[in-house]
Amino acid sequence: MTAVIKLDKVHKTYHTGEVDVYAVRGVTLEIAQGEFVAIMGASGSGKSTMMNIIGCLDRPTEGAYFLDGVDVSHLDRDELAGLRNRKLGFVFQGFNLLSRTSALENVELPMLYTHDHLTAAMQRERAIHALEIVGLADRADHHPNQLSGGQQQRVAIARALVNQPAVLLADEPTGNLDTRTSVEVMGVFQKLNDEGITIVMVTHELDIAAFTKRNVIMRDGEVVNDTQVEHRSIAEEELRRLQRAQQAVKLTT
Amino acid sequence: MRISATLRMAFRALRRNKLRSTLTALGIIIGVGAVIAMVGIGNGAKSQVEAQIASLGQNVVLIFAGNWNSGGVRSGWGGAGTLVVDDALAVAREVPAVTCVSPEVRDRDQVLANGQNWNTQILGEGPDYLQIRDWPLDSGAMFTDQDVRGTTKVCIIGKTVANQLFPDEDPVGQTLRIRDIPFKVLGVLHPKGLSVMNTDQDDVVLVPYTSLMKRISKRTNINSVIVQSSSSAAALQVQMAISDLLRQRHRLGPNRDDDFTIRGQQEIADAFTATSRIMTVLLGAIASVSLIVGGIGIMNIMLVSVTERTREIGIRMAVGAHGSDILLQFLIEAITLSSLGGMIGIALGIGSAKLLSALAGWPTLVSPTSVVLAFLFSAAVGVFFGFYPARKASNLDPIDALRYE
Repeated sequence: MTAVIKLDKVHKTYHTGEVDVYAVRGVTLEIAQGEFVAIMGASGSGKSTMMNIIGCLDRPTEGAYFLDGVDVSHLDRDELAGLRNRKLGFVFQGFNLLSRTSALENVELPMLYTHDHLTAAMQRERAIHALEIVGLADRADHHPNQLSGGQQQRVAIARALVNQPAVLLADEPTGNLDTRTSVEVMGVFQKLNDEGITIVMVTHELDIAAFTKRNVIMRDGEVVNDTQVEHRSIAEEELRRLQRAQQAVKLTT
Repeated sequence: MRISATLRMAFRALRRNKLRSTLTALGIIIGVGAVIAMVGIGNGAKSQVEAQIASLGQNVVLIFAGNWNSGGVRSGWGGAGTLVVDDALAVAREVPAVTCVSPEVRDRDQVLANGQNWNTQILGEGPDYLQIRDWPLDSGAMFTDQDVRGTTKVCIIGKTVANQLFPDEDPVGQTLRIRDIPFKVLGVLHPKGLSVMNTDQDDVVLVPYTSLMKRISKRTNINSVIVQSSSSAAALQVQMAISDLLRQRHRLGPNRDDDFTIRGQQEIADAFTATSRIMTVLLGAIASVSLIVGGIGIMNIMLVSVTERTREIGIRMAVGAHGSDILLQFLIEAITLSSLGGMIGIALGIGSAKLLSALAGWPTLVSPTSVVLAFLFSAAVGVFFGFYPARKASNLDPIDALRYE
């Protein structure tokens, strides 16, 4: 299997004031097509910096990063922007949707910056298709403030999918959601992964990481553990379990 | 990114903060409105002066009696008394390229008719006077050479005098009295309006210059001579030839100053239009200051907007917007704001110029050039003052921008 993401002895050092901060120290990591990886670690472990590097938002100070076979360590701002647009889809903790802009237009946003020319009708069609994948086609005209947190995150996922990226990057995607909605969102991710989409997710919640296939644990800027998940949680089953538990609570009260 | 999509985005962003956008645009609206109105007033004044200068006649050269200077005492204009009718006749006879000449004698007197009386200017002129001044008669006919030779008691009156003395009847054929001498009215002049000096040109009685000199003023010298040259190109040569001729006739040695003054129409026009041109420039400059203040307002609000929308900028960059896309987005927003303001300002400026003409009676002239210039200038203000905030937005780091609270 070809590696979609290949990090080779990647370092990231921040020069803040007089002290150098070594955020990432020599990480070597390969993620293959079709994987579903959770990068875990306490705050300060370097997992967010890793995410920024993988997401082409930041460049490594040292080492090489190959995205889809291309060395991106030395590309300039605009080239990185182009890569993010074509090859990466972002899902953030805080959803980061444009307010007072409909779900459909939020999903269309990445296509505004795509340099192969799509007609407005084609953009619309693709955006609606992406909303169908996350099950929100009927809410296309709603604005973010008319949607629940889970729905907003699903719109964000649709936005991340719309340019058919090589990798979907999720930075604490369930951080702002309650348990039930978190499981729903993980269900969406599992479904997408089943269809062959590579997903890399940063989280510090163990039970969320349990929905992925592979857990990479970081500490002090280094990878300390990299294991396949053995007893993977399946979102559908978890949801049923949650429903039963809820009903049980109702019966007892 | 397509321009149409960027424009749509700009309009949406501006609509989102209607009050703020309106107030920001107001700076430009007032600025452009002021420029249009002020330049309109200046141009109006200029065109009025030009019209007044044109009312002097075509290719006119004026000879004024000069001053004398005796032991340091200077008499003032016309004091020399050395300009005489023969000078005027000599000019007509001897200077080439002169088509018409009219000696001019001025006096003020009380004019009586119909039991009414009116103090007005009496001009003694030659029969070619109206032709030189390009001044048609509303009714009647001009006096002739015969009237000049015969010092006839006839006159032509201006519209103002006609209205004052003969309010209800046709003045032609009537008689008016100047110093108890009856003059027969031969014709009434077409109204000409105000002169360059802001005097009423229609408040006048024209009589043959001989009649005025011999019968009323009892004098032998004249005030000035109006000369018409065949073309504007010949005017300068005509002026020099007249100067030579008069110096010779007045026996002025090489060390003596002229006892006359010659003014070409072009000089008069230049002197007066220069004033109104300076006024136009000054008014325009003052108004431009308010346009620049409006531009600073745009810059201010765009800076606030960039800060407020830092997160939005981060999102756009994360999904693949280049720095240039963000730059363009904010720049177009600033330009949209300033050009919309400019368009409304143009309407406002034209409106207030019209209002000023209507209420204050000032002539205004809004030229298409000033409208186009004001619009381009307002768009340029948007580019100039929008660039810095837009550049600031485009240089944001996507990671910091996404984290911005």
